[in-house]
Order: sequence, then C-alpha cells, then structure tokens
Amino acid sequence: MKKATWIRAVVLIGAVGALEVACRTGAIPATMVIAPSAMVVALGKMLQSDEIGEHIEQTLSAVAIAMVLSIVGGFAIGFILNWIPVLRRAFNPFLAAYYAIPHFAFYPLLIVIFGLGSTPLIVLATLFAMVAMIVATMAGLDRVPRVLLKTARIHRLSLLDEIWRVRLPAAAPHLLSGVKLAVAYSFIGVIAGEFILSTSGIGHEIAYAYDNFDNPRMYALILFVLAIVTSFNMAVYAYERRLMRRRGT
Amino acid sequence: MMVGASRLAAVEAPGSAGAAHKIHARLEGVTRVYPPRAGHAEVHALGPISFDLRAGEFFSVVGPSGCGKSTLLDVLAGLAVPSAGTVEFEGKRVLGEVPDGVGVVFQEDASFPWLTVEDNVAFGLRRSGVDAAEIKRRVDFAIGFMGLRDFRCAYPSQLSGGMRQRVCIARTLVLQPRLILLDEPFGALDQQTRLLMGDELLRLWRETSATVLLITHALDEANLLSDRIGVMSARPGRFLDIVETGWPHERDSRLAERPDFGAVTARLWSYLRAESMRAMGQGSGQGSAAA
Repeated sequence: MKKATWIRAVVLIGAVGALEVACRTGAIPATMVIAPSAMVVALGKMLQSDEIGEHIEQTLSAVAIAMVLSIVGGFAIGFILNWIPVLRRAFNPFLAAYYAIPHFAFYPLLIVIFGLGSTPLIVLATLFAMVAMIVATMAGLDRVPRVLLKTARIHRLSLLDEIWRVRLPAAAPHLLSGVKLAVAYSFIGVIAGEFILSTSGIGHEIAYAYDNFDNPRMYALILFVLAIVTSFNMAVYAYERRLMRRRGT
Repeated sequence: MMVGASRLAAVEAPGSAGAAHKIHARLEGVTRVYPPRAGHAEVHALGPISFDLRAGEFFSVVGPSGCGKSTLLDVLAGLAVPSAGTVEFEGKRVLGEVPDGVGVVFQEDASFPWLTVEDNVAFGLRRSGVDAAEIKRRVDFAIGFMGLRDFRCAYPSQLSGGMRQRVCIARTLVLQPRLILLDEPFGALDQQTRLLMGDELLRLWRETSATVLLITHALDEANLLSDRIGVMSARPGRFLDIVETGWPHERDSRLAERPDFGAVTARLWSYLRAESMRAMGQGSGQGSAAA
C-alpha cells in the first residue's frame, strides 16, 4: 500500500516535472503546451478577475442539477424496474445497448427542442448519467441476500422499513458506485455539451480560448476542471472507503 | 444469570390445556406444493404432515437432504403459506405472516454487515415501542448471554462464522421468543464449534424455557439436544417416526458418553439410511429442486 503510494507520487511528480522542464527549455513550444507552473499562475490570475465567475457558476449549477436528477431519477427507475420484473425484462435490452449510443449527436436536437441555454445541457448530462445509476441500483438490489429479506419478515418490518433498514443499506456499496459514475458523467455531459454549442460556461470558455490561440487561459481552465472533478470524486471515494472498511471488504 | 433468564422467559400457558402436554404449535395435514415453473414439473415438497409441538420441548427434525425440512420451518414460521392444511401457534392460525413470539435463526449468515454487534442485536427492538432502558437491558443481557461482551462495537466482518451466528441468536433472543425455530444454524460451522454451540443452545433453551424446533442433518446433534426427534422421509417429506429420547432436562455434550446414546443415533440412522439412498437416487434423476 505504502509502496504503491510512493510509485504513484513519483510517476505523477516525474511527469509534471518533465513537462515543466520540456516547456522551459523550449523542447515543447509554448504555442503547443505551456509549463505547468504557468498554468497555475494563469489559473490564479483568472480566478481573481470576476469575469470567469459566472461561467463557473453556470457550469457547476448545471452539473449539480444533472447530478441530482440522474441520481434520484436513476435510483427511482432502477428501483421500479427491480420491483416489477416484467418491466425489467421489457427494458433490459435498451439498458444494455444504451452506452453504445453517441449521445452528443443528439445535442443539436435538444437545442432545437429546449432552446439555447442550460436546459439542453442539463437534459443531455442527465440522459448520459442516469442510466449508470439505474444499472447500479438494479445490480445492488439484485444482490441483497435473500436471508436478510427473510430476517426482515421475521422482524415483521413494514414494507417501507424493510426498504429503508434492510434493502438500501445492503445495496449501498453498489448504489455508491452508481453515484460515482453519475457524478463523473454529469461533468462530462455538461462540459462536453458546452464545447459543442453554447454561449457560456467553462466548456465554452475552453473552446473559445482554443479558437483564439489563448493557451494560458485554455490550460488554466482545463486545470480548473481537473481539480474540481478530482476533488469531488475523492470526496465520494473517501466516504466509500470509510463505509467499506467498516464492512471489512 | 438465572435471574435475568427468568425475566427473559416468556412462555405463557397456551390456550389448549388439559392433555399431559400443553400444545404450543400444531400442524394439521400441512402440504406444500411448488407450482410448475419453466422447465420444471410441479414439486410436491412436503407432507401431508401433522404433529403437535409441546410447550417447552426441544424438538429436532432430521431427514435426507431435499426432503422439505426447511419448507416445514418456513410454513411453521409463517414465511411460506401451506398449499393445504393448517398451522396454529398458541391457538391462532398462522397465515402468511410471522406471528409475534416466534424467532428464527437461519443457516446462512443473516447478520447485517453495516451494523455493529450491538446494533444488530437491538435491530428488532428499534421502533418497536419498547422504551430505551428496557432495550438496553435486553440487549445487554443477550450480548452477555451469548458471550459477545468484548465484541459489542465490532462489525460482523471482524467476527468468525460461529460468532456471527451468536449475534443472530442474540438478535432473536431480545425479542423474547416463545418459539425458537433454528434452520441448521450450525451447518456452516466446524465440528468443535458445533458441539460448543450445541451446549449453549441447551443452556439457552433451559433458561428461557422457550419451545425449540431445530432442523439439522447431524444425527448426533439431534440426539444430544432433543426431547423428541422427528424423522422425515425423502420428498415429499413426512414423518416416518417421532423418537422420544428421554434424556434428562439438565444435559450437555457429555451425554454422548452414555451407553444408550449410541442406540438412539443407530435407530435414527436405520430409518434414514434407506431414505437418504432414495433421496440421492431422486436427486440424480430429477435435478435438485427446492430444499
């Protein structure tokens, strides 16, 4: 464990250091990539100016809405499909083939329907993220040991209590991996959508900087997205680790 | 210990008195047939079976694998509805719901991995209307009784299989069951642990004066623990005989040293040898169906 951490740190620091050296010596021209230290400086400057704030706010709120919709909706749909086997048999082929669809191809259609703004982005990201949560919910509920459900009946739990006190905690590890995927997919959905067609948001700002050869700004924004997504995922991961350690798995 | 136990004991005289033995639960003509499913013919798993469980006795059921022992327990516990016949517990019909006063322990590990030992044991008392002080008293008693005091705050994953089974027994105990049903609770444990758990079970039975029905495939275990042993036939399971052991109330695993102990086991085996061979023949011919 400790050794693995060391290897990871060495590789990470080595890669960033090598990039720094390559940029500083001119082996990689600044028109291609700027030095990591310059990215950090550019990011610092950008965050101090107010003009980026509204883009960040817009993107993050769209991501947050998509995240909540896909987690809550995905759980509800997964739960219903698990509860009613006929529905599940009916929809299973769709779920299996779902991620073979290039969702972003439908983005222009969503704009036609919802207009330019954050609604089509939220819809796109939700469509993209929700199915991961549906699949994870069904997998978790499928794997609740039957003996625990029998135990619930012996304790004469009401249906709601059975769900709340037995099914959900038993399915929690799977639900959590669904949440992790939904979080990541919501970010991807919104930012990628902004890339394609949008008038504001972080994705649009990255694309705009790219079009204008504004490398410091572009890399600063990429670094920002990376930092946000990583810290969000690490928070979920830490919670999951705590939960799993208790269960000894 | 005895003081706490007598407070925990809860057997009240069931309605139907008069006979030499009070009847605690009664099965009459109970049959369980699993309807045909895709690729499988209908399976007649159990019965018709009729017998009375006497209040306060230790009754074991032995039989070849797949003979419907677990089905019998499910029906008695109200976890499964009989296809025909009636089940009564304390004079009331059991119909598709587990009656108050019945506790069940399964073979599989049924501890909740997300709860500590203490919370596992208290599971059935939460939101039951029992006040906090009483919950604490009962949980403390059950944890002490099952020797789990040092593991109150441990999670099941930190315990051995035998310990987890104790947690499940303690969880049943706090509900003060008057009838305890055990479905091969030691089936997954090693032989030494089984013997010790058997002694603990006897102690629990004596001190709570509950009625116990134990499903097992171990003839020695059934012999050692029981007042009466129901020997079941191969599927569809019926009782071939109900053997009275006549062992003293105060007994433990040292009973196995008595010369007449072997005779009872031999008698059980003489019934079961032919049935087990029948069951094995059936098993290879038809594939395994519901146990």
